[in-house]
Amino acid sequence: MESCLKVKVGAVLLPGDVFTFIKTDTISLTESLKDEKIICGPGLRRNGDDVVVCKSGVLRHKNPNLYWVDSQQRRYVPVKGESVIGIVTTKSGDVFKVDVGGSEQASLSYLAFEGATKRNRPNVQVGDLVYAQFLIANKDMEPELVCIDSSGRANGLGVFGAGGLLFKGSLGLVRRLLTPQNEILKDLEKLYPCELVLGMNGRLWVRAASVQKTLIVANLLESSENMSAQQRRTLFKRVADGNL
Amino acid sequence: MEVCSSDGFNVTLREFGCEQCLLSRPDGSSSFIQGDTSVLAAVYGPAEVKVSKEIYDRATLEVVIQTKVGLPSVKERSQEQCVRETCEASLLSSLHPRSSLTLILQVLHNDGSLLSCFLNAACMAFMDAGLPMSCLFCGVTCAIARDGQVITDPTATQEKESRALLTFAIDSTEQKVLMSSTKGSFSVHELQECIAISQMASEKIFQFYRESVQRRYSKTL
Repeated sequence: MESCLKVKVGAVLLPGDVFTFIKTDTISLTESLKDEKIICGPGLRRNGDDVVVCKSGVLRHKNPNLYWVDSQQRRYVPVKGESVIGIVTTKSGDVFKVDVGGSEQASLSYLAFEGATKRNRPNVQVGDLVYAQFLIANKDMEPELVCIDSSGRANGLGVFGAGGLLFKGSLGLVRRLLTPQNEILKDLEKLYPCELVLGMNGRLWVRAASVQKTLIVANLLESSENMSAQQRRTLFKRVADGNL
Repeated sequence: MEVCSSDGFNVTLREFGCEQCLLSRPDGSSSFIQGDTSVLAAVYGPAEVKVSKEIYDRATLEVVIQTKVGLPSVKERSQEQCVRETCEASLLSSLHPRSSLTLILQVLHNDGSLLSCFLNAACMAFMDAGLPMSCLFCGVTCAIARDGQVITDPTATQEKESRALLTFAIDSTEQKVLMSSTKGSFSVHELQECIAISQMASEKIFQFYRESVQRRYSKTL
């Protein structure tokens, strides 16, 4: 089966496409039977002995045996371990309710901040932006966020947001911006110094030296999703020249 | 629109057109055109659901059909029911329990085969929204004329002059009938013939889906 998956890497697949294990009717006497192990990522599901595609998109592969379908999506579904930007909507009892853009609101405990105790409560108000990580996120339970890592330190997570702009992009744009050494961020660094927070739920937050520069950076990021590399470089160059 | 022979060869359908991701607010949207019939579909989901409507192990699918003029009537309600049953058969709604999926279909122009156009637009919109599906589905309409000939994808005038109108939803993996909605009188033999013709027509429609999605992803960098 791995061979039929490998052939299709880079091809567009539709829901309902099936990859079956090749029945070993013709067992070779010279080669030993190897156990095939395939890790199915998002968009692929196991159905008995078959792997079935359940989302439309491009098949991608990472060595040694990870396959997934890269689809363009706007709606976020919580996944354990992902860091997202949430908006605090209510404070009730010992827990904050945070809107992460999914099908239900996530809960964030008072004690899940660095240095928080029952007497020393964190300074979080309704409407604040929090950068947090999913501790529990599956289809059956309410999602839970935390603003500390496993050793108890904040490590970049927590409340933020004074003076910047929050806007929404597609999930694919954020994934592209988060790849190491990606070109969009490299071009952006040369343009203006700015602070950027990227949430895997499609939310981006920008802060630059002035309000106008913040708006320019936000518009550039939104439009770079649908441009080819060449168009993007010409646009960035035009902005750099026009504002000097 | 073309007449096909009674043994089912040469199934001809009107010209198709499709566009995905054309609206900015919904999570998925598509527009499907069959000849002159044109439908716009928008999907929102998985989103929050009212406690009174939530189902503990599946997503709640709601379909709303808007006509070009007038308020929705009983006819639209029954079409919504047909579309909802087809979608629930092919969506993997158990992956999103206690959420809601909303599908809104807007009629832009009706020139016959409206229910099958709804089904095709709905399938493209679900694919655009990235909702997990176990298979694709498509809609095919057949009209039986007074002389017994079967016309696939009829126009509004052909529908009015026919003695029976049959719409089938066909799935992509095994070409089985997911939903059927019929009007008029016809024999059992004619029903079997129409099902066979619809299954053949569905192959062309699935091929068209594949080409549309390939064209859409051809621009990814």
